[in-house]
Amino acid sequence: MTVTTEAPLREPAVVSSEWRPRIVAFLCNWCSYTGADLAGISRIQWDPSVSIVRVMCSGRMDPTFVVKAFSMGADGVIISGCHPGDCHYQEGNYKTLRRVHLLKRLIEGFGIDPERLKLVWVSASEGDQWAETANEMAAKIRDLGPLEVGS
Amino acid sequence: MSSKPKLALYWAASCGGCEIAVLDIKEKILDVDAFFDVVFWPVAVDFKVKDVEAMQDGEIDLCLFNGAVRTSDNEYMAELLRRKSKIMVAFGSCACEGCIPALSNTTTRAATLDWVFADSPSTVNPDRVMPQTATETPVGTIELPEFWETVRSLEQVTDVDYFVPGCPPQAHQIWAVLEAVIDIMENDKPLPPKGTVLGAGDKTCCDECPRERQEKKIKGFVRIHEVIPDPDQCLLDQGIVCMGPATRSGCGGLCVAAGVPCRGCYGPAPNSKDQGTKMVAALASVIDSDDPEEIDRILDGIVDPIGTFYRFSMAHATLGRVTIGAPDSSGNGGES
Repeated sequence: MTVTTEAPLREPAVVSSEWRPRIVAFLCNWCSYTGADLAGISRIQWDPSVSIVRVMCSGRMDPTFVVKAFSMGADGVIISGCHPGDCHYQEGNYKTLRRVHLLKRLIEGFGIDPERLKLVWVSASEGDQWAETANEMAAKIRDLGPLEVGS
Repeated sequence: MSSKPKLALYWAASCGGCEIAVLDIKEKILDVDAFFDVVFWPVAVDFKVKDVEAMQDGEIDLCLFNGAVRTSDNEYMAELLRRKSKIMVAFGSCACEGCIPALSNTTTRAATLDWVFADSPSTVNPDRVMPQTATETPVGTIELPEFWETVRSLEQVTDVDYFVPGCPPQAHQIWAVLEAVIDIMENDKPLPPKGTVLGAGDKTCCDECPRERQEKKIKGFVRIHEVIPDPDQCLLDQGIVCMGPATRSGCGGLCVAAGVPCRGCYGPAPNSKDQGTKMVAALASVIDSDDPEEIDRILDGIVDPIGTFYRFSMAHATLGRVTIGAPDSSGNGGES
């Protein structure tokens, strides 16, 4: 998928008067994306407010992607990779683990609840875990409400 | 005299260091004076704002504008000088990315004013007298500019042609820029593309650093006053938070050569927009742990991530200003 526009994510979200959260999930190609795929072919329902972006590895997650998602209208961000020790590239998920810990401190400093950023491990066989993660995150973001950035 | 190209320099929300840095080119300032007709430079020559207002649009050939935009007056001058100038240059870190003044974007206008005019230990103001935009006096109304909630860079207020980063820009870089401009104007050469960063490198500060990097992993961060760093080793390898990997080159590695970590004054590295998140990525890769609890313990050694990572680029942080929790931002909700 190529993203060519810089338009805010929020605009198409307002289809009814009821607010619906926007959650961007970055899933690694090898475990988590396949896990989400498994949830799909197993016909497990999960919250439609989660939109998936596939990345080759959770270690590809530049912290800039996360803050850009927040600044363009995401209310929550999920990063999901292979379980520790299972990374297709040996240690990409460990790199992301360290980054996310520091990034949570940074966004908290900006006034964003660090719970709006979630790092999880989902393997290719864990379709049900993926659905559970997505539902839990959507419920949490509904509790936290819409995110206002930079005001 | 009137046939010489016209030069203007102005300071908005800044410390004045950029003005002094221009004089750091020493005797070459005479070459500048020989080539340009200085039409406006409040720190050095006695022209008034009304003299600029009286000029034709585009009459000034080159304007070096330093300082961030903090008040209504800063904004008025930025727009006025933009209109009157053919080439508008954001000169120095404040004009480029907000620099130190923009650190007040981590708190509120009210909290900033309270601290500066009433609460700081060196201030005695029991009646909490605060600056007003208009004050009636027997001799008439005295006016002060409005103090904005958020500090912005020059680019966020008006159209900017070129950027000269640095806090302050180094003298050799200033001269290189002025020399290039003189050459372009004298010989009718084409200008560089709009938006070009002048007087700086196209790599990171690490490229100019004389220290040796061994890509060590560390078990803890230390602050510069807590250790005497090894003179030859990379500071990051020694656990000292050094902004080098996320900062544009151009200074010549001054701080790191002197044993002090880079603070990031040349702004984000080329092709990156957010200095802070790049620093998050760089720092996370030197941490030697795969255990979440240990990682947190190591990260506790980084004091004030925002103030450190965005010390010079807060106005351009992707997440904007710090969001203050309560909807009522007029109180003392300064804690972020």
